[in-house]
Amino acid sequence: MRFTLNGARRRLSVHPMKRLLDVLREDCALTGTKEGCGEGECGACTVLIDGAPVNSCLVPAAHVEGCGVTTIEGLGGRHPLQRAFVEYGGAQCGICTPGMIMAAVALGKGPTLDRIRVGLAGNLCRCTGYSAIYRSIQQH
Amino acid sequence: MARRTTSAQRAVGRNVLRKEGVAKVTGAAQYIDDIRFPGLLYGRTIRSTIPSGDITGIRFDFDTTGFTIVDYRDVPGRNIVALIDDDQPCLAERTVRHVAEPIVLLAHEDRERLLAADVHIEYAPSTPNYDAESSPRLFKTIAIDKGDLAAGFAAADRIVEGEYRVGHQEQLYIEPNGVVAVPEPDGGITVHGSMQCPYYVHRALTVLLGLPPDRVRVVQTETGGGFGGKEEYPSMIAGHAALLARKAKRPVKIVYDRVEDMLATTKRHPGVIRHRTGVARDGRLTAMDIDVVFDGGAYATLSAVVLSRGVIHASGPYRCDNVRVRGRAAMTNTPPNGAFRGFGAPQTQFAVEVHMDRIAEALGLDPVRVREVNALRPGDTTATGQRLGGDCSALEVLREAVTRTDFMRTWHGLQGARSSGHASRRGIGLSLFFHGSGFTGSGEVKLASKASLALTERGVRILVASTEIGQGTRTMHAQIVADTLGIPYDAVEVNAADTGEVPDSGPTVASRTCMVVGRILQRCAEEMRARLGRLTARQYLRRHGPLVITKEYERPTELSWDDNRYRGDAYGAYGWACDVVEVEIDPVTWQATPTAFTAVHEIGKAIHPMLAAGQIEGGTAQGIGYALFEEVVMRDGRMANSQLTNYIIPTTLDTPAIEVMMLENPYTHGPFGAKGVGEMPIDGPAPAVVNALRHAGFDVREIPATPEKIMRARRHPDAFHA
Repeated sequence: MRFTLNGARRRLSVHPMKRLLDVLREDCALTGTKEGCGEGECGACTVLIDGAPVNSCLVPAAHVEGCGVTTIEGLGGRHPLQRAFVEYGGAQCGICTPGMIMAAVALGKGPTLDRIRVGLAGNLCRCTGYSAIYRSIQQH
Repeated sequence: MARRTTSAQRAVGRNVLRKEGVAKVTGAAQYIDDIRFPGLLYGRTIRSTIPSGDITGIRFDFDTTGFTIVDYRDVPGRNIVALIDDDQPCLAERTVRHVAEPIVLLAHEDRERLLAADVHIEYAPSTPNYDAESSPRLFKTIAIDKGDLAAGFAAADRIVEGEYRVGHQEQLYIEPNGVVAVPEPDGGITVHGSMQCPYYVHRALTVLLGLPPDRVRVVQTETGGGFGGKEEYPSMIAGHAALLARKAKRPVKIVYDRVEDMLATTKRHPGVIRHRTGVARDGRLTAMDIDVVFDGGAYATLSAVVLSRGVIHASGPYRCDNVRVRGRAAMTNTPPNGAFRGFGAPQTQFAVEVHMDRIAEALGLDPVRVREVNALRPGDTTATGQRLGGDCSALEVLREAVTRTDFMRTWHGLQGARSSGHASRRGIGLSLFFHGSGFTGSGEVKLASKASLALTERGVRILVASTEIGQGTRTMHAQIVADTLGIPYDAVEVNAADTGEVPDSGPTVASRTCMVVGRILQRCAEEMRARLGRLTARQYLRRHGPLVITKEYERPTELSWDDNRYRGDAYGAYGWACDVVEVEIDPVTWQATPTAFTAVHEIGKAIHPMLAAGQIEGGTAQGIGYALFEEVVMRDGRMANSQLTNYIIPTTLDTPAIEVMMLENPYTHGPFGAKGVGEMPIDGPAPAVVNALRHAGFDVREIPATPEKIMRARRHPDAFHA
């Protein structure tokens, strides 16, 4: 399969039905994308495909042929949301954080609280009660 | 009481950056499943499919070439998960007591082949028992007696009775349980994994493997949430991985998927709590008779201590001269229940707080008045006879919450709407609660926790076994040490929680990591400061060589506890809190939605206000889940909804805005006055929500208050006639 991963072209030979999550973690050694449930409920494995947030545990590798995939590593640690999640307490245990940040990136700049709540409804966090995540996104 | 502050405080009280924050937001933080180990095998656990019976045969219906297979006969030491009662086998031998009990372990380098392996187990089933109340097998009974119960009832104007039920709750850390065991050339073992208590795992492995302590090393990896669910269970999964690794002579990884984690690991104890209370006309409690039954599941795990905290908190933050509490934790043929944030107190404080609203109703009082009359004040004694000092803040948190939310105005307003013939869709409720910090009774003395500080070129390194599981341990400990030494926060490093390097600071549980371990670290820092005198770290190291200071827990001299009579100072300090919540009920679906939440918590001193608020917000959300959504459906002893598709935890759309207010009333023996904060937030939301439902016209006495239960609990058949 060929696709663009975090801005770089990649060519991989993997089973077409292998989960994108496993392709990223095992074949590309990018372990920032996490598995929380494996059934598309928790959002810990959220990545962007052509800018849209998806649960990478539900996406077969074949599906991203020719697409652009962005993971937490693709933000390079320089995205203002990453800094904001540290400064405003949006990250506690950190396991939902990469997925949460990727879902937040997809919301674009300056989302309203209602839009954030709807946009992150597929990303579970058990630590924060979400308040600090909203603060991080609104203040970045 | 005056706040103790010093001009040297530069980190404490400020929102310094979390030590591992950058690693977590960049994806660089290494959780167990992220770490590569050369030559790794994957492990799998074959579990019982029946709740009770004997194993009569095991058949391997696959080509076993390349597989490592382990059963109880491969245990070199004692086949137990060493904890309190040592009743739980690491691998079942003949008898199984619950569904999902581990029997056989497999390892293979190819995950697909491993998952396809078919192990067939035959059983002679026996009759299971799922009812804790009628169970003849008890793990623990506790009795608390204060005053003269009969005289208290004789002095009462009214007697109010009630029965309250609470269900299981799954911790649901987003990172499932997982470990990697690595066999060492000297015959020892190193286990890396997601856990709260490295030394619990360490001890369990020495017993299971029959190894001396220095041949066992346990290293906590970055941990994606615990909430008690990684207190005792990691000892089990670490044992399994270690047995496989020793037999295979290769590293073995076991990381559960979500379904296995939910089916097999511990949950919050379900319970039945009964109250019979004597009250005077003015609302004063004259007698409290409380019966607590917890369902321990199939093995003892931590049930005895969960029950202990449960019964001590069962009479709530209230003064009453005559109290009798009877508690028992009973065995059933369901997977063992264990530690979960709050540890027995959320169950019993749910009961007493709903009961207090029913007492108010019976007397024609409002929910605030009945609590004002009875709230513990400095100088009062608790049910165990502990005399409270100046850091008792029950009335303060109540008044702050009531004023802040204009509670009585909303309460009367909604009440008025209902009495005019319109059943309400809205209600407002509150709960007043407390939570003891640290181990119960003599627990801290028995633990004898140690902490160390090592001087470094740049400053100092913290050596503790306390784990960072999201709550901010590393950051908060570094703040305490930095200010005590008078050095910058960035000059304090925190060592990994690695039993090969750090002393045993006790488990990371019981709201003790800041108050108890933080205080030991503070004493280390005080001594280090004295030893350094005017020298910088670098100067000291050049002149005198390495400096490591280790201190052990010291019990404050005024505390005393009698384990046999259950009398005395149950905890060094208590936090105090009051929650207020407004709830709306959908007339079509009967779903209740909390629309506004206020949490007022008195925690001594917030070392890091943002982290402390994070504990309160997160615990509150988890408590709302406990109140309304999180239902563990047990069918024939097996969790029927062991998936996130149908075990529902609060999402962004289910969690209301949570206003947090922290009050500070310092505890003399806490670092900078701090008490515990981690658990208390989950004690209050369930009763506050259920009291709001009661206010809206629904007599709910069982959680989770799912739509079906709310519908059945309506007090008027035309609940929504409006």
